[in-house]
Amino acid sequence: MQFDVAIVGAGVVGCAIARQLSRYDLRIALIDAAEDVAMGASRANSAIVHAGYDCPPGSVEARMNVLGNALYRQWADELDVPFKRCGSFVIGFGPEDEKVLSDLYDRGVKNGVPGMTLMPGCEARAMEPALSKDVTMALFAATGGITCPYQMTIACAENARENGAQWLLDRPVTAMRRKGDFVVITAGGEDIEARYVVNAAGVFSDEISRMLGDDSFTVRPRKGEYMLLDRKSTCVETVIFQTPSKLGKGILVAPTVDGNMFAGPTAVDMTDKLDTSVTPEGIAQLTAMSKKSVPGIDLRSVITSFAGVRAQPSTGDFIIGVSKAEPRLIQAAGICSPGLTSAPAIAGEIARILRMNGLEMKEKADFNPYRKAIPEFRHMNNQERAALIEKDPRYGRIVCRCETITEGEIVEAIHRGARSLDGVKRRTRAGMGRCQGGFCSPRVMEILSRELNVPMTGLTKFGGNSKLLVGKLKEV
Amino acid sequence: MKEIIDIAVIGGGPAGLAAALEARKNAPDKSVLIIERDKELGGILQQCIHNGFGLHFFGEELTGPEYAGRFIAQLEGTGIEVMTDTMVLELSNDRRILAVSAKHGLVEIEAGAVILAMGCRERTRGALNIPGTRPAGVYTAGCAQRLVNMEGFMPGRRVVILGSGDIGLIMARRMTWEGAKVEVVAEIMPYSSGLNRNIVQCLVDNGIPLKFNHTVTNILGRERVEGVTIAEVDPATRQPIPGTEITYECDTLLLSVGLIPENELTQAAGIELDRVTSGAVVDENRQTSIPGVFACGNVLHVHDLVDNVSAEAMLAGRAAATYVSGQAQAAEYRSVSGRNGVRYTVPQRVSKSAEGKQDIYFRVGSAYRPATLLVKCGDETILTRKKQIMTPGEMEKISIDAAKITGDITLEIEEAKAQ
Repeated sequence: MQFDVAIVGAGVVGCAIARQLSRYDLRIALIDAAEDVAMGASRANSAIVHAGYDCPPGSVEARMNVLGNALYRQWADELDVPFKRCGSFVIGFGPEDEKVLSDLYDRGVKNGVPGMTLMPGCEARAMEPALSKDVTMALFAATGGITCPYQMTIACAENARENGAQWLLDRPVTAMRRKGDFVVITAGGEDIEARYVVNAAGVFSDEISRMLGDDSFTVRPRKGEYMLLDRKSTCVETVIFQTPSKLGKGILVAPTVDGNMFAGPTAVDMTDKLDTSVTPEGIAQLTAMSKKSVPGIDLRSVITSFAGVRAQPSTGDFIIGVSKAEPRLIQAAGICSPGLTSAPAIAGEIARILRMNGLEMKEKADFNPYRKAIPEFRHMNNQERAALIEKDPRYGRIVCRCETITEGEIVEAIHRGARSLDGVKRRTRAGMGRCQGGFCSPRVMEILSRELNVPMTGLTKFGGNSKLLVGKLKEV
Repeated sequence: MKEIIDIAVIGGGPAGLAAALEARKNAPDKSVLIIERDKELGGILQQCIHNGFGLHFFGEELTGPEYAGRFIAQLEGTGIEVMTDTMVLELSNDRRILAVSAKHGLVEIEAGAVILAMGCRERTRGALNIPGTRPAGVYTAGCAQRLVNMEGFMPGRRVVILGSGDIGLIMARRMTWEGAKVEVVAEIMPYSSGLNRNIVQCLVDNGIPLKFNHTVTNILGRERVEGVTIAEVDPATRQPIPGTEITYECDTLLLSVGLIPENELTQAAGIELDRVTSGAVVDENRQTSIPGVFACGNVLHVHDLVDNVSAEAMLAGRAAATYVSGQAQAAEYRSVSGRNGVRYTVPQRVSKSAEGKQDIYFRVGSAYRPATLLVKCGDETILTRKKQIMTPGEMEKISIDAAKITGDITLEIEEAKAQ
């Protein structure tokens, strides 16, 4: 297989790059070790579109964040991804925090963040009544917002594919070497040739880089744990940060685009890049800290807790540019927070770098920037619902009761690339509600088995060895 | 599609079936419709292939499908309409129902009376904040039961079970009989929330250890469960005691940690809910705070025995029939409530016009032995009942003569000393 550009890593950064490059007449491969896109940090993070006040002025991060934020509306609209500019607060409890808030404000000004206001606690509470009465001052950023990280990733990947990019999933990259004008990438036992490699491998981007001789940075996994609450107890409308610490932006309480609310993340430096386990300590910390911001948070209504791993680069900044060791390796590496916000900007930046480095990039006449989301029965009015069922009766059969997800949506998700229970879940929300798949898992499995023509015993939760069943009765 | 129905029953499990039949019997000229979201009637009974159902109601031991079958067979010739594979999306406070199915599309129903019989769902891992990884192989017991009994698949070979709820106990036996090894059942409380007969028949008879005051503190394995760590908890704080951890090598964790009535429709309709039962607040006829809307079965409060569900559903069915016949009168109520060890009562109120014996169902908050229950009307004790033991795992019932209910009623345990 030969490509012009191979992107290693199908998280939000890799998929946004694939989408951006698919505007041009290029052969593009999107490679990932996992069975689906959005399987790393893009699967489990805070889902925030950051305003950009907390990046160090002058950093790549700051530039990408502010530009990414500005691009989000257009990307979300073209890709039919939920995005809400609900505004964000950083809240302070007393003089020490207030100093931090005014520093953040100054930083925001330097970074070019529009729409910031420093306000006394009472004013903040008037806007967000759920805030603690102990809040003395707050920094409000009108451009702060929320999106859905895996929907954004999936949407970018689908749109890239629609425009000719090829998904090469379930192919862990194990070796890379230079061969003439090409890089030979060994992925899943196969050799893939590409003129350029874009390294968007997140927490593994240092290891990918080293395969082509660039060991100029390392990436450390930093785990963040979260608790997600049932939507009936959602009590905030804005994103609420506490003042940041060395380990990140602090524990926040925020609504999700699906109407739930969450508390998180913790920030624990790890050694294991795949460790997304939840710990009692993490839960205890989330409980204490979220109550400090929002005393009314109803933690009895937690429906699930989970963790994600962010890619913290040793350089302290996003690593974006041509590798000094290998001119055909373009880094989009060490993208920690605010990577989700920055992804559209990083995509543009990578395209610019490729062009500057000699890749011929001719705009396609037939590039289609639009991607439609899977029809969402739950959000339709009754006329729309009736029309959809008329066309395809499977949209009249509710499979996931808690989130009101129809068989039609699940079938569509599978046809678009879901191959596992979690793949269906991320694309449709089936199994994301309060019963967490207790009722619908067996039915989703049946539909997966039927549509993919895979026996029930071959189905997985998320690929690999995550088998859901061990066998048929009487055969085990 | 638009329909006008006298009595609409939401849910075709044991509660819905009994309620519909009884409603029809008492109002033969009224139309009755059962709306069921699954492909067939019978609800959760269809996956409960073990026996032990019907001892009270039919005086014989039946399997779940047999018990459901008795009611389903009775539908024949009654004229009760049934819509399966149909999900109710909305219920309004004026008893309008919006439902959807692949066959009928959107269905709008105007109902004279509504009987809520949606049952319950299982508490999940997420609700307990169980630490650890999130691999395949963690199932609620009911989900595993469906996979085994209805789909014919084994979810795992070596199993740890958290919680000693009845479904967990039943699944411990079922998995063992199918060749799996059930390592242990861990129960965080000092007593089981399941029936004693299930502990004996499912665990003791199969040599499966039951550890009280134990909980899961970690789940191991990245893709599939590889192990589960349990630890003893301090009975006072319910927090794990460091150093007591035991890790079992296994590929499956089953959860049987409680059932939650599914009252999203009820709540959206603005019906008053009881914070303890998570079901509607009802009177002796199982009428909710909205006149003409009744609730019965596990959507009202979680029952131990389906026999009690059927009996309760018949009350609701009769009352709905009375309501649509225009004989119901606006009621004034006395409240019924629990305190000092009595967690809740159903019903939560009794109308002043109630006559005869009134059955009050209740649960205690911890194990009492012996236990003396006092029923008070104001400061006056109107009834005393002594029992060898009362535990949270077994629903209790006491009958009170309506004539004695001259004011608000409270149920309590005398000198409540929990053991």
